[in-house]
Parts: sequence; structure tokens; C-alpha cells
Amino acid sequence: MHLSPDQIVFWHYGFLKLNATIVFTWGLMLALALGSQLITRKLSMNLQRARWQNLLEIVITAIKAQIKEVGLPNPEKYMGFLGTLFLFIATASLCTVIPGYEPPTGSLSTTTALALCVLVAVPVFGILDQGIGGYLKSYLEPTIMMLPFNIISEISRTLALAVRLFGNMMSGVMIIGILLSITPFIFPIVMTALGLLTGMVQAYIFSILAAVYVAAATRTRAKET
Amino acid sequence: MDNMTIIAVASIAIAGITTGFGCMGPALAEGRAVATALTSLAQQPDAAATITRTLFVGLAMIESTAIYCFVVSMILIFANPFWNHFVAPAAGK
Repeated sequence: MHLSPDQIVFWHYGFLKLNATIVFTWGLMLALALGSQLITRKLSMNLQRARWQNLLEIVITAIKAQIKEVGLPNPEKYMGFLGTLFLFIATASLCTVIPGYEPPTGSLSTTTALALCVLVAVPVFGILDQGIGGYLKSYLEPTIMMLPFNIISEISRTLALAVRLFGNMMSGVMIIGILLSITPFIFPIVMTALGLLTGMVQAYIFSILAAVYVAAATRTRAKET
Repeated sequence: MDNMTIIAVASIAIAGITTGFGCMGPALAEGRAVATALTSLAQQPDAAATITRTLFVGLAMIESTAIYCFVVSMILIFANPFWNHFVAPAAGK
């Protein structure tokens, strides 16, 4: 029984290690990039369009609508970051139906990397939107006394993002592993189905929370205008 | 009992207690949240989209406290730092 796919090492040379997390992350990246490349190679503007183009359009429109509902008026600007987060996490958990696959999001290093991306992206979007001074001033609101608490909340929510995703994905894999050794017939399938649902909800939560944080960092300007 | 046994007993017992007690609070909280959301859904079916979205985000936030407890107990059982600390000298002997 292993806690994370980090412990499955395929190849190592010196201190360079190629573990299952990295390999499956590369596989997912390749699949997502090649898939969208293939689909968007011949786009049609008229009513006759390919199935795959329809699928992508549904996904894109849904993500755009969700980002807009959170309170970001022009979602195209944030689409690249938030949409990628959602697609990566969702694909990572959907692929658990493939035998032999371990979700890379079940490793604390992947989820920490994703949460650190959010930690960096939120100030970047905030500064792009309201300038360095305006963004830094948002730390002093409502009073200057709140400065340490604002900084603590920035760090603790990053930690929470990382541990939440890791805990959910890891618990799914772990429960299936335990059930396989106790009742190997029906229950693992049920739990796999439940794990698919949890994975989608977690992907949604992760990207929605990132969107909420971005919206909070860019909100002051929208309120003034 | 030597050190290893004490660590093993303490880790396993505390891991169970952690998840057991750590799930109680979030379970009560999630029940309340869902009950309130259902009431407001019955009163305002038009606001279903907003209520459902907020409910999901809120549930995930509540659930993450239970997940923290679960992670701690998994660390206690499968990746206990004190265990490795005492296993290494024992193996070296």
C-alpha cells in the first residue's frame, strides 16, 4: 500500500527520478494538447460541425459562464488560466477508469504546484487590473490592523487548496485499494463511480475557488466604476 | 513495551480517533447546510443555480476539515515520521 504515486519510480539516474506522478502528468498534458490541436485544426463556422468541436464548444461555453457568474465581467482574460486548471484536474480524475492509471493529483507535489500557481496568479491578475499600488492597498482593507491577517489568509488558503485536492484524490485511491482487498466484487466499482463524481466536484471547486480569489483581487476597480 | 510498540499503538489508536471525531463536526455541518439549501430551494426555485453553486462550494469547504483529519490519520498510519526515526537506529543495531 502506497500513499501517493510519487513512490512508484519507473527510472532513476543519480538524483534524477522519473516517478508515476511525472509520467502521468506528461501523458495528460500530451493528451490535452494533442487533442485540442487535432480538434481545432479544422473548425467550421457554419451549422455543420464535427462532434468533437461541439464537445469543446460546450466545455468552453460552460467554463466561460461559470467564470462570469463568479463576478469576473470579461472571462476571456482569465479563461487561459482557470480553464486549464479545471481541464487538467477534471481529466486527471476522469482517467481513473483506465486500469493501471494513478491520478497525478493524488500526489501532494502536484496539488502544491497547482496551488502555488494560484498563489502567484492572483497577485499578477490583481496588479494587471488595478496597478501595484491599488493591489497592495487591498491588503490594508478595512484597516491597517488587518495586514497580518490578510497575509495569513493568503497563505492558509493556498495550503487548504493543496491539501483539499490531495486528500480527496488520495482518499479515493486509498478506499478503492482497501475495498479491493476486502470485498473484491461489486463495491470497488461503486466506489470508482463515486470517485469520478468527487473528482469532477473537486475540479469544479478548485477552479471556482481560484476564480473567486482572482475576483476578490480585481474587485475594487469593478465596484468603483 | 519498547519504543516501537508504544509508537505503533499510539499511532493506530489516534488515527482512528482523529478520523472518528474529525468526521462528526463536518457531518453535522454538512447536514445543516444541505437542509438550509433545500429549504431555500423550495422557497425560491428560480434561484436554483446560484443556491446549488454556493452549496457545492460551501460543502467542499466544510468537507475539507474532514479531509484534513483523514490526511493526518493516513500520515500517522502509512508515513509516520516518528516511526522512521526509531526504525533507522533499530535496523542499524
